[in-house]
Amino acid sequence: MTPNDPALQLLIDRVQSARAAGAQLCIRGGGTKDFYGEAPQGDVLDTRLLEGISSYEPTELVVTARCGTALTELEALLAAQGQCLPFEPPHFGYAPEQARLGARARGATVGGMVAAGLSGPSRAAVGSVRDHVLGATLLNGRAEVLSFGGQVMKNVAGYDVSRLLAGSLGTLGVILEVSLKVMPIAPATVTLRLEMDQASAITRLNEWGGLPLPLNASAWWAGNLIVRLRGALAAVQAARARLGGDLVEPEFAGPFWDGLRNHDDEFFVAARAAIAGGARLWRLSVPSTAPPLALPGELMLEWGGAQRWLCSAMPADAVRDAAAKVGGHATLFAATDKSPGAFAPLRSPLDRIHRELKKSFDPSALFNPGRLYPDL
Amino acid sequence: MTAALPAELTLDPSAHAARQNEVVAALRAVLPAHALLWHREDTIPYECDGLTAYRQQPLAVVLPETEAQVAAVLRECHRLNVPVVARGAGTGLSGGALPLRLGVTMSLAKFNEIVAIDPLARTARVQCGVRNLAISEAAAPHGLYYAPDPSSQIACTIGGNVAENSGGVHCLKYGLTLHNVLRVRGFMVDGSAVEFGSEALDCAGLDLMTVLVGSEGMLAVTIEVTVKLVPKPQLARCIMASFDDIRKAGDAVAHVIAAGIIPAGLEMMDKPMTAAVEDFVHAGYDLDALAILLCESDGTPEEVAEEISRMEAVLGSSGATRIEVSDNEAQRLKFWSGRKNAFPATGRMSPDYMCMDSTIPRKRLADILLAIQQMEVKYGLRCANVFHAGDGNLHPLIMFDANDPDQLHRCEQFGADILETSVAMGGTISGEHGVGIEKLSAMCVQFAPAEREQMLALKRAFDPKELLNPGKVIPSLVRCAEYGKMHVRRGLLPFADIPRF
Repeated sequence: MTPNDPALQLLIDRVQSARAAGAQLCIRGGGTKDFYGEAPQGDVLDTRLLEGISSYEPTELVVTARCGTALTELEALLAAQGQCLPFEPPHFGYAPEQARLGARARGATVGGMVAAGLSGPSRAAVGSVRDHVLGATLLNGRAEVLSFGGQVMKNVAGYDVSRLLAGSLGTLGVILEVSLKVMPIAPATVTLRLEMDQASAITRLNEWGGLPLPLNASAWWAGNLIVRLRGALAAVQAARARLGGDLVEPEFAGPFWDGLRNHDDEFFVAARAAIAGGARLWRLSVPSTAPPLALPGELMLEWGGAQRWLCSAMPADAVRDAAAKVGGHATLFAATDKSPGAFAPLRSPLDRIHRELKKSFDPSALFNPGRLYPDL
Repeated sequence: MTAALPAELTLDPSAHAARQNEVVAALRAVLPAHALLWHREDTIPYECDGLTAYRQQPLAVVLPETEAQVAAVLRECHRLNVPVVARGAGTGLSGGALPLRLGVTMSLAKFNEIVAIDPLARTARVQCGVRNLAISEAAAPHGLYYAPDPSSQIACTIGGNVAENSGGVHCLKYGLTLHNVLRVRGFMVDGSAVEFGSEALDCAGLDLMTVLVGSEGMLAVTIEVTVKLVPKPQLARCIMASFDDIRKAGDAVAHVIAAGIIPAGLEMMDKPMTAAVEDFVHAGYDLDALAILLCESDGTPEEVAEEISRMEAVLGSSGATRIEVSDNEAQRLKFWSGRKNAFPATGRMSPDYMCMDSTIPRKRLADILLAIQQMEVKYGLRCANVFHAGDGNLHPLIMFDANDPDQLHRCEQFGADILETSVAMGGTISGEHGVGIEKLSAMCVQFAPAEREQMLALKRAFDPKELLNPGKVIPSLVRCAEYGKMHVRRGLLPFADIPRF
């Protein structure tokens, strides 16, 4: 890429002309997360124009990719070198048959992955997408191209703006390029199933979390606790003997975890049907030790108890209050009616900081208006 | 030698005294007498942090004992437009806690209580003045510890760690402060209470913790921190490998990573440093080696056995001339003793030394060491090097005599040269010590004017009057113009020469 890169120039031109015309832009990659957050508004700015891997050095554990790069392409590149994005970002709406249609049709993009800030089943063990961002180049609301962070593991020069972009839903600007920390694919993985009730599962997962075990992912659903051990072969074998339970064969375990990651397993398929009937899918993020919440509905736990999916027709206030009472928050993840607000309201002075930050990055309020909060 | 923050305002002596009286009177109304110092002899202990070349007397030093007092001090200072510099143990190495001539320094040393350890949730809630190591000590009975371990961990406080996003020797595997902090409670510049993060794994809205951690006290005042605790590994073993060539040692680091191994620690010392530490600790280091690597594995005994044998194989095939593996904890600690004593050992060799802190891509390790060797000749000063090789973070220790102004001047130029070379190699001017005031000029090299302006705008979103530790971290346009060095372009634009995948 050079300063004259036509794709970059086109994005800059679009931002400049939107600014001049007082228009608003909806930053969009593959559109796989259009459902997430508040409703998208504004003229679509397609980030898939700016695509490709900028640099990848396996021995540095760093990859730098442009925003429009397909996540599948990035992951395939890493896998060829025995590496991965350990936080398992979701590919919502990805269908393998689409892969044949070429990069432009291949679902989630790298920019969208960072902007959405969502991580998969392994998040509690390995960290989130923001924990793996090392640097980013941003196109802000003044149409300036700014780089923050870098391509090295340790960097405390100035404020860490690159990590702030993770989960910002495009409200601060167009993420043009990101550098990510990658990790080697672990040599061994084993999935175990144990029967137990929700309260026991929460206790057990937290107890295991305090032991030196290679616990990488967990899920509790309908009386079953499923755990994934991942790491050195010797450690996985020793932990398997210690935890007990039934071995889940890899041909079932792989699709199960992928299904959780991409929301196309049984729980989420059923949730989608319920949503059509008026229910809402909530993501409750709570301290992992929070006891079972007294909320009626279909429930699934992940992240050692710290992420709880609830499909319920309960009033929004009741769900939000229950999450807040245990020190967490509830996101209205998917619903036909998001009038209660997609994200838990901000308390003072965080609300004011959000508004001021938005103004500092995007003074003309060009980008993704209302996507994170209606007034942002 | 003493120097003030270059851009700082001064008042004539009578106006300065009047301002001091005004501020002291306002603070006296909200603090007990013993918590407010303003006589010169009382404030001297606060005139610098770990970067002792820069000293300044503030208008006053406050030592609040309650959160209500912290809030009241902030409110009064905000009303009077007085800058506030919060400070922990003062171990910082970049002058982040240097007082401001017309400011108030707030010592948070009294907030030193461990509020709660929750072994089931694996969290510790501690006040900002609790020492880093004290958290791990308190967690030890539960088989847990706090992972980030900066070298100053005996003395440095968690509040300071949050301000600096401190690292340590285990970052590659266990992350920095940001990755190990869940929640921060404190105060905004106007004295209003604020809470960032939560005891859940994420929170609604923007992830403000990302900018708070590492903001060097410029966005908010931290009072209480909830950190993650992790299980203590059952076993740790360390390999000490000698190399007769710096490039082979650098390549060995890359080969370890390429083999899919993430060592718990991976450190390198060059020959001058090895000689200095051997003279100090007598650990039996190989004095013929041009570089020594310390490579550590931790985990279950089975895991460590598996990993150590893989590490040995990689280091051997990378050309190590001698390999020793620790057989017991005493031997492991002996291997580390030299690395841990690199600073005092250097202190014995030279009246003064300046510790630099930059990061480069790991593959440039040998290049930067060879460049530093040439700089030793150019500036006529000796330099010994320790490296957090696993994450490319280097700490060259430039030796000089501060009583000789010319040596100090050459040392500063030498340091600036290392930082600029690091940026040119694709790295950064600070890996873990922060910018403070020491690296303000180097920030001009790493960031373009619009990038620095965006950072200032971010600060104003938290602190509209720019009263929290102003003048640190982000240099003014004028300062960068005077410094006159070109900004090295990063990000999207400079990769025209890199092969595409």
